[in-house]
Amino acid sequence: MNTYFIKRFIAMIITLWLIISGTFFLMHSVPGSPFNEERTTNEAIQKNLEAYYHLDEPLLVQYGNYLSALLHLDLGPSIKKSSQTVNEMLGRGFPVSFELGFYTLILAVISGLTLGIIAALRHNRIIDYLSMSIAVLGISIPNFVMATFLIEQLAVNFPLFPVATWTSPKHMVLPILALATGPMAIIARLTRSSMLEVLTQDYIRTAKSKGLSPVKIVFKHALRNALLPVVTVLGSLAASILTGTFVIEKIFAIPGMGKYFVDSINNRDFPVIMGTTVFYSAILILMLFLVDSAYGVLDPRIKLHKKEAK
Amino acid sequence: MELRKQEEQNISPGIPDEWFVPKVQNQSEAEAVVRPSLSYWKDSWYRLLKNKLAIAGMAFLILLALFAIFGPIISPHSVETQKLTSQNLPPSGEYWFGTDDLGRDVFTRTAYGARISLFVGLVAALIDFIIGVVYGGFAGYKGGKTDNLMMRFVEILYGLPYLLVVILVMVVIGPGLTTIILALSITGWVGMARIVRGQVLQIKNYEFVLASKTFGTKTGRIIRKNLLPNTMGPIIVQMTLTIPSAIFAEAFLSFIGLGIQAPHASWGVMANDGLSTILSGYWWRLFFPTLFISLTMFAFNVLGDGLQDALDPKLRR
Repeated sequence: MNTYFIKRFIAMIITLWLIISGTFFLMHSVPGSPFNEERTTNEAIQKNLEAYYHLDEPLLVQYGNYLSALLHLDLGPSIKKSSQTVNEMLGRGFPVSFELGFYTLILAVISGLTLGIIAALRHNRIIDYLSMSIAVLGISIPNFVMATFLIEQLAVNFPLFPVATWTSPKHMVLPILALATGPMAIIARLTRSSMLEVLTQDYIRTAKSKGLSPVKIVFKHALRNALLPVVTVLGSLAASILTGTFVIEKIFAIPGMGKYFVDSINNRDFPVIMGTTVFYSAILILMLFLVDSAYGVLDPRIKLHKKEAK
Repeated sequence: MELRKQEEQNISPGIPDEWFVPKVQNQSEAEAVVRPSLSYWKDSWYRLLKNKLAIAGMAFLILLALFAIFGPIISPHSVETQKLTSQNLPPSGEYWFGTDDLGRDVFTRTAYGARISLFVGLVAALIDFIIGVVYGGFAGYKGGKTDNLMMRFVEILYGLPYLLVVILVMVVIGPGLTTIILALSITGWVGMARIVRGQVLQIKNYEFVLASKTFGTKTGRIIRKNLLPNTMGPIIVQMTLTIPSAIFAEAFLSFIGLGIQAPHASWGVMANDGLSTILSGYWWRLFFPTLFISLTMFAFNVLGDGLQDALDPKLRR
């Protein structure tokens, strides 16, 4: 078990390092410096600016500096917003994005599980078809389309919710709904198929013949086993929610990380692009790692198998 | 004793012995009951035909392809011609899907968007297919250390956040159709490679492969003739699911301004333009591109689901 964790941990570090290096060298191979557009700078000022941001040093030295700064969790200063560091920007944006992502994940998991369980229990009946149609629709409609649809219906045609910003719980409804439909649909489909498989198992029949109540059978015996495949996709779902926040934050004008990220791309603000990429990747890779570990903890068979293999 | 003998002679009292005639086995009759033996592909095809939703999806995709090819031809308006006298006109006999803020015909632009989406989806799936099959097939067939090393690399790539990589590549190389496809292919083949490798690993131990090896067949031929045809099912399913995700990625990138650039038409670009005028009530500018994105993704998804059910050998009767 320990060797497994260590192996996964090393793989995680390597992936992270690859992302950091890849991002760094990609960013520095982009033609055009971030100071190019400013009309007022003359050559001397430009030189000074480059020296200030260490852009005049050899690439490998810059790379070394960047890595050692990263070890101290320092992501460097922003070039475009000169008084701010990337850390400050992330510190401001991350809580908002986290809130959005967290609520979205909760909503997606709860509603997805409910839909999936109901569909499995009413297999091949109208409710099953209905909830699976909802699920396929949810997978097919991109989140930005969902967002525009929700704005058009619930904010413009029927002004129930505000169109933009992130100030009160009422403001959070539309962005969370828009972001949650896709993951919800994926969870619903997975839950349904794994529930259907589990419900045909012998131990479920045993539980039924023992006379257990249907509620107990579903929640205690079936769901626990049906959840395992759902847990495995949580990592990649978190990834899709995270990338989804870029566009959702842009549409709803939410001051989160995604907005900084998209802005920094348009501004060619390299330290911010790199910092956000590294930060996002670190979160994602950590999520994948946690999910893998949780999987081992949740499923006793996996632990057993690993011990036997040793 | 007497009674027993009698019982042995006449098993069921009341029924004459002549009625008990041994049945002559007739080969042709026995075969007649069984349905005609079908090849794997025919069988799967019939099973797919039964899935109405999947067939509807397929029909829509065929129509969409026709729309993409012939739409711009039958339309009286060109994609990029701006006509400032006819801005933001609602759908009518003249402009079937209305016009946008520069007086461009939304119908023609939607058809062009269909071209781009289908092109991106198909090319991305094709590249994934080629790289994934070669890489995964080789790793699975070689096995051992080669496989271990090759799959380590895949695992690391698999951990990369896909859209983030795509965005980075777009930033570096600059937006455009080729960069979208390139960016999608960098990480896209990984899923395919994993599937092919898993299948090959399983199939290569079957007897017919061993037989082929004993005859001295070359590795490349074994992979091409024995292994790949037997992994085709999962490969096709994976491809039908790659296409909508590539189409989504293109629309997503174009929507946030990193994909197809104006004046070219793409559903993502049109949706983004349409969103900014939503308060003015020009619903057709947002409605048609988003409708087409969603319908296309829906069609590919239900077709992929149907194929998955139809091609899964576990479900074969």
